[in-house]
Amino acid sequence: MQVRPILSAMRRNKFGALLIATQMAVTLAFLANALTLIEQRIAWSERPTGIDEADIFVMQSETLDHPDDLAARLSRDLDALRSLPGVADAYATDMYPLQGGGWTDTVDLNPDQKTPTAYAAHYMGDEHALHTMGLTLVAGRNFSAAEVVDRAENDVPPTSGYIVTKALAAKLFPDGGALGKSIFVETSKPVPIIGIVDRLQGPYTVATGLFSTFDENSVLSPHRPIGERNVYMVRAQPGQIAAVMKSAEAGLFSLDGDRILKSKSMREVRLDAYRGDRGLIVLMSAICTALLVVTGFGIIGLTSYWVAQRRQQIGIRRALGATRQAIVSYFQTENFMIAVAGAALGIALAIALNLWMVRSFEMVRMDDSRAFVGAFIILLLGQCAALWPALRAASIPPALATRGG
Amino acid sequence: MFSYYFRLGLRSLRRNMVLTGLMIAAIGVGIGACMTALTVFRAMSGDPIPQKSSRLFAPQIDNWGPDKHNGGAPDRLESQLSYIDVMGLMKAHAAKRQSGMLAALLSLRPADPAQKPTKVVVRAAFTDFFPMFDVPFKYGGPWSAADDEAHAAVVVLTKDMNDKLFGGSNSVGKTVRLGNEPYRVSGVLDEWRVLPRFYDLAIRPFGDGDSIFMPFTRAIEKQTGSIGSNTCSGDVEPGWEGRLRSDCLWLQFWVELPTQADVQRYRAFLNNYAAEQQKIGRFHWPPHTQLRDVTEWLRYRDVVPSEVRILILLSFGFLLVCLMNAMGLMLAKIMGRAGDIGVRRALGASRAAIFAQCLIESAVVGLAGAILGLLLTALGLGAARALLSKDFVALAHLDWADTGIAVLLAIGATVLAGLYPTWRAAHVQPAWQLKAQ
Repeated sequence: MQVRPILSAMRRNKFGALLIATQMAVTLAFLANALTLIEQRIAWSERPTGIDEADIFVMQSETLDHPDDLAARLSRDLDALRSLPGVADAYATDMYPLQGGGWTDTVDLNPDQKTPTAYAAHYMGDEHALHTMGLTLVAGRNFSAAEVVDRAENDVPPTSGYIVTKALAAKLFPDGGALGKSIFVETSKPVPIIGIVDRLQGPYTVATGLFSTFDENSVLSPHRPIGERNVYMVRAQPGQIAAVMKSAEAGLFSLDGDRILKSKSMREVRLDAYRGDRGLIVLMSAICTALLVVTGFGIIGLTSYWVAQRRQQIGIRRALGATRQAIVSYFQTENFMIAVAGAALGIALAIALNLWMVRSFEMVRMDDSRAFVGAFIILLLGQCAALWPALRAASIPPALATRGG
Repeated sequence: MFSYYFRLGLRSLRRNMVLTGLMIAAIGVGIGACMTALTVFRAMSGDPIPQKSSRLFAPQIDNWGPDKHNGGAPDRLESQLSYIDVMGLMKAHAAKRQSGMLAALLSLRPADPAQKPTKVVVRAAFTDFFPMFDVPFKYGGPWSAADDEAHAAVVVLTKDMNDKLFGGSNSVGKTVRLGNEPYRVSGVLDEWRVLPRFYDLAIRPFGDGDSIFMPFTRAIEKQTGSIGSNTCSGDVEPGWEGRLRSDCLWLQFWVELPTQADVQRYRAFLNNYAAEQQKIGRFHWPPHTQLRDVTEWLRYRDVVPSEVRILILLSFGFLLVCLMNAMGLMLAKIMGRAGDIGVRRALGASRAAIFAQCLIESAVVGLAGAILGLLLTALGLGAARALLSKDFVALAHLDWADTGIAVLLAIGATVLAGLYPTWRAAHVQPAWQLKAQ
């Protein structure tokens, strides 16, 4: 509407307009990329593990006197845990989801393959494992008690069959029909897949790097890990976890008081696992907010200056019949034009910055729509920030024109 | 003249409190964010052992062959060694000092039976570990080479562990029970902290770590598994013996090479060693070895997480926006005073004088911004410590150098941002301004 007068006014304030536009562009570029990273980390730290986290806790128990009846002790512990009131089920595992690190194996389709077909987290468990974790079989069957063998440290016992996750099955046999097929894990003997579970996340939690690329690939072997350090996964009846954690510790100590015992609910495990990611999300959000606030105040400051500079002209316009609304819309339009230029530059800058960061850092590729979301935020910010000085301008009395400054 | 301009600067800042406040806030926040990120980064990428980092080396040997390193480093080397190779290199004794090592988690039973046993991180190493890494001792000293030979049950405690177990007293000769066996204390360390813990980056490189040291040979005899990573390729025979005979990678190995000639010699030695292994039929590929010093090693292992780099980039972007902001506000402020400047010019002030006055005014803003920025940096570091995981406890504190950098950065950046407005001020036409009055 009043684009031409605004443009010619801007030409006299080239530097200020340029400054605001650039500032908006840079803000937009960083904002869009930070949003991308924040979104990625939120999505990453909210991925479900596939297990019934609300009711599960893990116990790490270590014996002290190098006893030679480790397998018997393990059975005793597990029997005690399973018979506790409030316990749904329990089993001994080698590691658990969200642990941070663990055991990875390569999975091959041929014994003498040079490059592995897939990487997978290697879990061990007995016939109680699926029920304890609350996993759903989508094909095949669970381990039978007869299949489960004891596995001492540094020992590779014979394996009758594996249970794999759906993700791993799809990776190994993209055309389907994984059930019953033989795979090679840690030995050169073929072992069939006897069951497929819907989902079981590996123990890794780092959002970048090799381990983040196969977080859904897990293989379960029917082994009971025997050692001086045992990890028990215990599932309580719904809602009873706090009480069961206490009685489980007391129960194990009463069997053998001379051990080191630590228990942690999966909820706490999850909290610890993503502490770093949460920190990053908070820091990123804080910087983003600060960016927007600073840019907003910058716009307020410069627009106020322009208003002050043009008090007389505004007075004249008002005296000549311009409504208050016309004055407000003048400054809002002026800001909008600057913001559009800044946003256009910013979108290009955001994409360029992202491409560079993907190449130089382990940055995720930005969805280009994020740049447009950023642009919208910037335009909105500009309009809000310009409103206060614009209203001040509108309140300049027409009489000012007659006073000659 | 300077003090007069300084006072003028202060006075003019007071005249428009809102604009001044905004400017100082913008610069302060920008500097605060930047310095926080930079301090964390410097702490993470610092040299953990500056007096020796160029003389300590981590040898690498390809014992898997070129086809097996999938998903690993592009140079097709792994960062740890197998037991066979560590023992081979130890026996060859080709460096001034050398030590294979591993970290284990062992149970520690306090002398007081009322106290519950705990688990501690124990580093198993050779006696060379201590002089090689310049580890300071408070009481006693390292175990002897004979202890290494004899798989002796001796330990060295860190200062913290000694404080915990013996109340900080001289505990040399006393006994601690590790894994339920008695160990004689041969020495107690003084305060010793290497950040990042370059010699084993698999376990919390910036967090708390090793609290007790014991002979490597003893740990192997006691079949002590490592808590770091253990990667295997191909079939492994069962049992502990099987692991020792395997090509699984689970041990760290460091050597000290005092001169450039030693480094050259050791490179040649490593290649000869690999060639030897090829000759006896263990390797089916030509020698592929590498030797990196501490600085190169930290860069190779990417010890600074990429998130921290992104945060730094973001905070510098933020500073840039803050400075543009300050520049705009400064322009508004200085041009708002075009009338005053016109009067001063009419009364005989030279352009240079106006220029100097405005420049000093910017510097005053910068100084105020720097002070605010430092306060915010201290706050930011506290927040970073609280937000980041426990693995970063020992990180990041402000020192005098950082403070100096912050102040210089703030003033420099503000003056730079003020240059254009100042230049504009110096070109105010006195006559035109006076007429407008």
